[in-house]
This record gives sequence, C-alpha cells and structure tokens, in this order.
Amino acid sequence: MSIMEYNGGSVIAMVGKDCVAIASDLRLGNQALSISSNFQKIFPVTDRIYLGLPGLATDVTTLRERFRYRVNMYTIKEEREIEPETFAHLVSSTLYEHRFGQYFIEPVIAGLSKTPSGGVKPFIAATDIIGCLNFAKDFVVAGTASSKLFGVAEGLWEPDLEPEDLFETISQSLLNAVDRDAFSGWGAIVHVITKDKVTTRTLKGRMD
Amino acid sequence: MPSASPYHGPGFDFSNAVRNSFLQEKGIPLPKATSTGTTIVGCIYKDGVILGADTRATEGPIVADKNCEKIHFITESIRCCGAGTAADTEFTTASISSNMELHALSTGRQPRVVTAMTMLKQYLFRHQGHIGAALVLGGVDATGPHLFTVAPHGSTDKLPYVTMGSGSLAAMAVFETGWKPNMNREEGLALVTAAISAGIFNDLGSGSNVDACVITATHTEMLRNFVKPNERVEKERKYGFRRGTTAWKTENIRSLVVSEEVTPVGGEAMDTD
Repeated sequence: MSIMEYNGGSVIAMVGKDCVAIASDLRLGNQALSISSNFQKIFPVTDRIYLGLPGLATDVTTLRERFRYRVNMYTIKEEREIEPETFAHLVSSTLYEHRFGQYFIEPVIAGLSKTPSGGVKPFIAATDIIGCLNFAKDFVVAGTASSKLFGVAEGLWEPDLEPEDLFETISQSLLNAVDRDAFSGWGAIVHVITKDKVTTRTLKGRMD
Repeated sequence: MPSASPYHGPGFDFSNAVRNSFLQEKGIPLPKATSTGTTIVGCIYKDGVILGADTRATEGPIVADKNCEKIHFITESIRCCGAGTAADTEFTTASISSNMELHALSTGRQPRVVTAMTMLKQYLFRHQGHIGAALVLGGVDATGPHLFTVAPHGSTDKLPYVTMGSGSLAAMAVFETGWKPNMNREEGLALVTAAISAGIFNDLGSGSNVDACVITATHTEMLRNFVKPNERVEKERKYGFRRGTTAWKTENIRSLVVSEEVTPVGGEAMDTD
C-alpha cells in the first residue's frame, strides 16, 4: 500500500474559454475506512487562483498553511497579488526544497492570469511530489484516481468550453473517475473561475 | 534540523526525512516521481552542435505530459538536455544556468562549455547519485564546439555524438550507422531527427514530438516541436454534456466585481456648474 492511498482523494483542473475549473472529491479515509465526507482539498490562494492538494492529509494541512504564509509574504514584499505562473513556481520550489524527505502531495493549480490588455488568460498546472511542473493546455489530474481521470478527461475535454459547459465536463469526468476508484469519492466539489465570479458547487454523487 | 525561525538557509530541507524513512521501514514504499524515460541526443557538425530530445514525460506506465520541454537553457550558446528524474533535471540545469550567469558577470567573459560541465559534474558527484539527472550538454564557446554527457553520479564523456535516456540504444544505433564527420546543417538535423524518431517509435519511455536545438558560434536556434509525427487527429464527434446533466446540491457564487453605491446624506448637491 502506497502512502498516497492512506487518506485517498483526487483533484482535476480544466481549461475553458476565458475560464478555468478545478474539482475534487470530498473523502478523507483511514485506508479503507472512510472518516469524513467533507474534507476540503481545494483552497483559494487569491481571488483568481485555486490550489488543489491531494495526497497525505497531514501534508495537505501543513502545505496549505505553508503556502498561505509564503503567499502573504510575497504580497507584502511585492505590494501586489501573486500571478498564477509565479505561484506555480513557488509551489514547485517549495516541494523541491523537500527533495529528500518529500511531502506526499501532488498539487494542482488553476487560475486566471492578467494579460497586458486587461483581459484574463486561463492557467492550469500540476506538479509531482517533488515539484516537477507540468503546464498543460487542456487538463491536469492528480490523486488516487489520476489514472482513471486521465482516460476519462482525454475523452471528454474539448477546447473553448463556456463556463457552464466546462462545469458539466469537469463534473462528469470527476464523478465517473472516482466511481471506479475505491479511495476517492464520497461527494465532490467544483469551482469554476471566470473573469468576474467564482461559482462553487457541491455535487450529488455515490456515497460508497 | 528543525528551527524556530521561519527562515532557513539555502539547500535541501530534510525535516521530513525521519518520518519518511520510518514509513519506508514499516514497508510502505515511497511514491514515484515523474521521470523522463527519455531519448536525448547530441551531435557535433561542421558549424557547431545540434541537440535533440523527445517530448514525453512518464509517471510509471502513465504518460504524464505529452509535450514537455527537455532542452534546458544554460547560457545563450550552451544548452542541456535532461533525462531521468524530471524535477532533478529541471532544477539542476536552472541552478547551473544561474551560476553560469554569475560567473559570466564576475569574469566579464562568455563562460565555456567545460565550465558548465565541471559545475554539473561536481554538483552531481557531491550528491552521490541521489540527484537522478542524466544530461547531454552541448554548446559553442571561444574554444569551439563541445559536446558532453553527464551521468547521475558525476562521470562525464566527451564525444562527437552522444545519446542518453531509455531510448539511448535506439538513437545510438542510428548515429552509429549514419554519423560522419563534417556534416552540414541539413545532414546533421536530419540525423538528429532520425535518432530521436528511433527513440520515439521503438522506446516506450519516449514519444510525441522531436525538439531540436542548433547552436553555432554566432546564433542559437531552438526548434521547438521541429517534427510532429504523432499529432492527435481531431475528434469525429463531440461528447459535450447537455447543460443540467450534473445534479448538484449547493451553489455559492463569489462575485469578484467591486461595486460601490454612493448615497448622498442630507444637504444640497454641490454646485458644479
């Protein structure tokens, strides 16, 4: 049994047309025993950046606080909000710092970055447990259901989805993947980030 | 060593090492990191050096990234291909690139390829193979074109044509049959492309596209996705779900639009005419 399966959980992020979505399951387990059906793995970093932290629950809590601290320090020093690209590198170097003695977390980052013309550009990224960045143009996945998420997202994702359509695509990808994963499930949460609002929905899903 | 200060010095942080080795002792295997089961090559030609790489990143049997970049920037005229643990190749080359720039600034000259090679091998040897970076380093400096391989333990080779990664055998087979001295740019690029293609098609750890980089004394040309032999065909049908397919329980909308309403309190409006 891998340590990544100790608490279970999965996260997925997708790019749409001038929007991004990030979704996760809500399970916290102790191996095969489910403990909670409301364990948040996705956290807001700024108004337009969300961070998903699937993996060992103790490290979810630790890293969440660590990133909060580091982002606050950045904001104070720079006197501006952190951009998603910069935040991705902050995540990456924080994890690589622990190259020997890793955190058991595979972070997923979703956000909107500002363009010089005043518009927004969707941004998603994921890293492995030691901080190797993966900038994808379509979708990124992580967690115990990642192999299932890869397959289902590869089939369902298409370019330039509107926020409402992106919600359906990411929700169905997640729901169907976690149904085939014993360590993920027990409800799901989806955040869709657009230029002027963030829509958060909790999904109806199987509770087994 | 844990410390009370939130700041700590440079270098790796071993604060989780005790916990993780305890878990390993209990028989829980540590999860695998992304590796670039890779084909990377380099080849000297008439006017300089050509580097080549595939663009697949794997996580065990899963293709983690279908179009990643494996040719890393060292200096304007030195580049480095990386195979092995993906994070290690990324951070090792970034660190050496940074030190090469500082070196250039302090000496006031363009640093040589051997300098980068020495920095890399000493760094990797110091970490005794724990940093899993297998590199192909190439570039042109004041002393001409140079091509090296650097193994994870810090040993180096200097050869006119080199290959590394899981596809190195497939690529080397192509070099051994096709390489000749004093090739021109077209011949060199064709040979590097053929070597990477051999890796892409015959090695399961390598795939997707061919990246190439042509370095001469005066100019460096990064040919990102130089050949794309594995482009995904467009889907014949759309699998979009009708809106309202997914049943949801709660909704919370956080508005990011800052609005303000001004309510005048008493008195007459200011005369602005």
